[in-house]
Amino acid sequence: MSWNDFAVRLVLIVLIPLIGIFLGLLYKGFDRKITAMMQSRIGPPWRQPFRDVRKLFMKENIIPDNAVPWIFNGAPIAALVATLVALVYLPMGPFEPVMEGYGDLILVLYLLAIPAVAMAFGGLASGSPYATVGAQRELVLMMSYEFPLAIAAVTIAWKYSSFSLGVISSDPVWNNVGMMGGIGLALVLTTMIAVLPGELSKIPFDQAEAETELAGGILVEYSGRNLGIFYLAEVAKMVVVGTLMIALFFPHNISSWYSFGGPEFGGFILADVGADILFFLLKLLVIIFGAVSLIRVAFSRFQIDRASYFYWVPMTIIGLLGTFLVVLEGVI
Amino acid sequence: MKLSKTFDKALWVFHLNSGSCNGCDIEIVAAVTPRYDVERFGIKLVGSPRHADVLLFTGPVTRKMKNRVLRVYHQTPDPKVVMVIGNCGSTTGVFYDSYAIEGPIDTLLPEDAHIIYVNGCPVRPENIINGVKEAWLHLEELRGDNK
Repeated sequence: MSWNDFAVRLVLIVLIPLIGIFLGLLYKGFDRKITAMMQSRIGPPWRQPFRDVRKLFMKENIIPDNAVPWIFNGAPIAALVATLVALVYLPMGPFEPVMEGYGDLILVLYLLAIPAVAMAFGGLASGSPYATVGAQRELVLMMSYEFPLAIAAVTIAWKYSSFSLGVISSDPVWNNVGMMGGIGLALVLTTMIAVLPGELSKIPFDQAEAETELAGGILVEYSGRNLGIFYLAEVAKMVVVGTLMIALFFPHNISSWYSFGGPEFGGFILADVGADILFFLLKLLVIIFGAVSLIRVAFSRFQIDRASYFYWVPMTIIGLLGTFLVVLEGVI
Repeated sequence: MKLSKTFDKALWVFHLNSGSCNGCDIEIVAAVTPRYDVERFGIKLVGSPRHADVLLFTGPVTRKMKNRVLRVYHQTPDPKVVMVIGNCGSTTGVFYDSYAIEGPIDTLLPEDAHIIYVNGCPVRPENIINGVKEAWLHLEELRGDNK
């Protein structure tokens, strides 16, 4: 790696997490606005999440007497850092992952597990019975959705014989399958869509927070800055999971169909890059709308055992069936 | 970080029933429904006092609830504002001089608590929204203290 390359990567590694947080807050605002409109309310303005975070950083940061301070304070930071690091390994729009070659799909899946574990540890360390129940639920839920998620990831990786996200996103997977494989992929996509709300702890899989029964669950003792950092981790995770889904299933780019031409810079045609970035943001909005907003409005919270059953039995069967069809087509 | 005007636009409220007849509690819920929709002002009902900026107390404080009211007040991170919803909380209302009542709420809370009285029996949702406007005045005062 040359010094020039190193400097570019260093700048991007600083920049991309900031962009991720910004996009996350923006999409959270749109999510809340769209949700309000679907419930025939006016709803908060799209910049409400920015205000919320700013307000949380102004508040007093209380550490309960019976908490374990270093875990209690460390958990939010671990959650945020793991989420933002995952973003560096994901392809965004027309760009390859910044750290392509240094980490792949497996690393991203592990990094995605850290925020949930960090939240559970933070909840257990906060010394509140509500948070303890929430933490247990979070762990149960995590054990439930990880398997269907792994099935989806492994199916795509099998198709390319590679776990590299740069390779996977360079060619949409739908181009490489026939009729039977297409049906299989649709089933795997269904599994992935079902995993998304669980991964993001959104209704119907928000048992760990459950405002109405656990009074905030895992987050019950968190206030001020710590709560603000968890808030940022949550919104950034929305972007990470959405980007992962785009990389696996919809890495389509406008520039592969149509070129606008015009001035070039560093091997990129600027108009095409702009169009691809806009298209990427639109895809992200559609995924967040479909997998978060729409499901959140349409469903109510599952009981924790039913949520677990939902992932372990129907979703696993659908996912495995999809994998079977894709592999069968590849083998024949 | 210094208290800024952003705080006004993102008030999270926590609701505690300290012995109310449930009339005011229903009206608080009415204020979050599509008809009044306080979320358009950034106001959100949260489940834990740790997340709250504004505490909504309803009802005259019964003996059992006295310590809970104080505890919830002290659990809430600063800066915070208290809204007393309904006549019972501000004057004990029809329960005046009862042996079971420790209220009104302002006699229990510390001297420096910022308290807003929202009157009515039960209060109307419009009046609750008006109370939030008064909370903003208190927060302006708090900002003055910070300078």
